[in-house]
Amino acid sequence: MIAVVDYGVGNLFSLKSSFAVLGADICVTGDKERIFAAEKIVLPGVGAFGDAAKKLKDEGLDALLIGEAKKGKPILGICLGMQLLFDKSFEYGTHDGLGLISGTVRPIADLCDQEVKIPHMGWNSLDFGETKHPIFKYINEGDFVYFVHSFCAVNCEKSVIASTRYGGADITAAAAFENVIGCQFHPEKSGETGLKILKAFCEME
Amino acid sequence: MLTKRIIPCLDVRDGLVVKGVNFTGLKEISSPVELAKHYSDCGADELVFYDITASSDGRKLFTEILTETAKNVFIPLTVGGGINSLNDFERVLSCGADKVSVNTGAIARPELIGEAAKVYGDQCVVLSVDIKRVDGAFHVFAKGGRVDTGIEAIGWIKRGVDSGAGEIVVNSIDTDGVKRGYDIEMLKCVCDAVSVPVIASGGAGKTEDFISLFKEEPRVDAALAASVFHFGEIEIKDLKRIMKNNNICVRI
Repeated sequence: MIAVVDYGVGNLFSLKSSFAVLGADICVTGDKERIFAAEKIVLPGVGAFGDAAKKLKDEGLDALLIGEAKKGKPILGICLGMQLLFDKSFEYGTHDGLGLISGTVRPIADLCDQEVKIPHMGWNSLDFGETKHPIFKYINEGDFVYFVHSFCAVNCEKSVIASTRYGGADITAAAAFENVIGCQFHPEKSGETGLKILKAFCEME
Repeated sequence: MLTKRIIPCLDVRDGLVVKGVNFTGLKEISSPVELAKHYSDCGADELVFYDITASSDGRKLFTEILTETAKNVFIPLTVGGGINSLNDFERVLSCGADKVSVNTGAIARPELIGEAAKVYGDQCVVLSVDIKRVDGAFHVFAKGGRVDTGIEAIGWIKRGVDSGAGEIVVNSIDTDGVKRGYDIEMLKCVCDAVSVPVIASGGAGKTEDFISLFKEEPRVDAALAASVFHFGEIEIKDLKRIMKNNNICVRI
């Protein structure tokens, strides 16, 4: 069973539908016991970092997620859910994240040396770097995925498993530390490529 | 590199796809669910559903069709038509829409843009504008392009972006249905004014129209079209291959 954490942030319709076509056993829940009992956890999220981090804390989900991650349970953060895995975000103030992957979250515009549109919205291609992470086992370098974001993870070089080019900069597209994985893009909106990434996550031990 | 997006638009009335020429003389085509799947398989980067239903029965059919589509199609879905309130946003987002486009509803009550952006985020709010030249000025038209509001379009778009619209659809009534190419002059004016993604709409007739759009105004992010795709005059796969051959970055 995969628990998709429902903490009132973002639209979970597509994520539910994606796992449904993959035949995965999932539950969308904010219930701590069910998340605790699940074999894997997906942390989605859209919106502002500060609000989302506060919601996780208010529900007591932050400590639970950190505990489950330390136990070795596979965790996949998506979009804002990915950014929450890092230490800190500088989106409208300074906010603490879960600290499961070391790094911080900054405005994309700070990185780009060319004038670009913000948000970084649309389909962009993945560069894997030297090694291919198991989450990408069914896809190829250069495949396109769908992004919508104005902030991105930085100072996380050791954890980057995929990047994408935007505005003359390499933007963190995915990062991982041991069993904790984060995708900045939306696999549930990335067509066949995205479904293959979710399939690989479903198969992780 | 970020690709240029190709977006088929499905005008839906009472659960069926239609496409008008200059917004009148609508002709029904086929099932939106099938068409959406077909487009997604052919490489469409995104889909837009415009609900042009007038009755509440038809509106219910629309949400059913939307739900069915969203369960099976995993590319971004934008929904527009009849969006006048936050309740309307909620209605379509809960059925699987990713973005919601506002048009007449925002003209009637401009605060809608800011309210929706605050609740759902800028990325969720698309401002769609029907524009026509009137005495040499760009005017915003309401109600499916039938009513001249007298509002100057570029100022309206700027205010929309300032309020939180995350993307703009520029639909030129002057070129819509004529199939002689996109309204590049109008699009340049919009791109000069705002820095959010801009989607061109109205006027696609042949493959070259897409090429000249992105060559002549590289700041345009996406091209929207309906009839050329629905009637099979242009296959999205072929279009993207030709775009790529012309050094336009596309997802293949």
